[in-house]
Amino acid sequence: MHIPDGYLSPQTSGVLLAAMAPIWIRASRKVKKTLQARNVPLMALGAAFTFTIMMFNVPLPGGTTGHAVGGTLVAIALGPWAATIAVTIALVVQAIFFGDGGILAIGANCFNMAFVLPFVGYYVYKAIASRTNPRHKWLAAGIGSYVGINVAALIAAIEFGIQPALFHTAQGVPLYSPYPLSVTIPAMTIPHLLVAGVVEAVVTAGVVIYLQRSGEPFFNQERKQIDTAKPVNAAAQS
Amino acid sequence: MCSGKAKGRLKLWLGLAVMIVLTPLGLLASGTAWGEWGSDEIKSLVGFIPKGLQRFSDLWKAPLPDYSFKGWEEAPFLHSAFAYIASAVIGVAVVLGMAYLLGRLLAKREESNG
Repeated sequence: MHIPDGYLSPQTSGVLLAAMAPIWIRASRKVKKTLQARNVPLMALGAAFTFTIMMFNVPLPGGTTGHAVGGTLVAIALGPWAATIAVTIALVVQAIFFGDGGILAIGANCFNMAFVLPFVGYYVYKAIASRTNPRHKWLAAGIGSYVGINVAALIAAIEFGIQPALFHTAQGVPLYSPYPLSVTIPAMTIPHLLVAGVVEAVVTAGVVIYLQRSGEPFFNQERKQIDTAKPVNAAAQS
Repeated sequence: MCSGKAKGRLKLWLGLAVMIVLTPLGLLASGTAWGEWGSDEIKSLVGFIPKGLQRFSDLWKAPLPDYSFKGWEEAPFLHSAFAYIASAVIGVAVVLGMAYLLGRLLAKREESNG
């Protein structure tokens, strides 16, 4: 899902970068309100986790590869805005150091994987978790993360797929990504629905079970803080 | 500070270390992710390299392209695995550094009410 440079027109990349700007600002403000200094390492851990999980390529039907992102998991643990920041850091390092995802396309990749993915995943998780037994949190997490990564893959497919219709030479030869929506949507969504989404769900549900069993204090506390977006002072936590 | 909490967090960091060591598993999947082809691959797929794609595709030369060392593209698996783990270590170090720095800038201090 890491769109390289050259596949999207500069216009498309520009629009998505412009869309990300207010999201990054909002995320910084939200995190500033809710992030306790002692929890900075957890956000760093979340960013490092998404960076690393994305290195585990799995074979996908159709001869391509894909990977989990872990964005929904970070959103469940630290809140969706913190997840936006954590995944953005991972994507920026992947693009600059490893050429994984383009530099011009950084706004597009962040929109898909650092915004759409964790937010869709988190709110689907929340909708299910709030209606079910807390013991089934893992199931809500798995379903949320599955929906999150698949919606993100669909959005990436749309970004790829609108290129040939919008940007072509006078003769109609595509200038950037050459495949139309009728090709990009099945090519991106089917492998994610069948494999990559399942991997994402299993990883997310597995880590949520672990965090719940280990009684990770941040896991249950932090969410309240983030959810209500109310600064919690030190006295209230003793 | 209770030690149980610190222990729990230590386990999470250990989990990250284990993940880093296991990253070469991600090399076993052959093939390129859909839509992430190099110029040669796209030429063999559609018969030509779209002009705009050609113009922007090599805009940036990453120091560790594809989580490997330059010239190691055809290296045997153990070499690639080593380069992959090294890339993971470097990448994680940079990610942690950036996240700490940003976190420090954003997070509020424990004592202050601001």
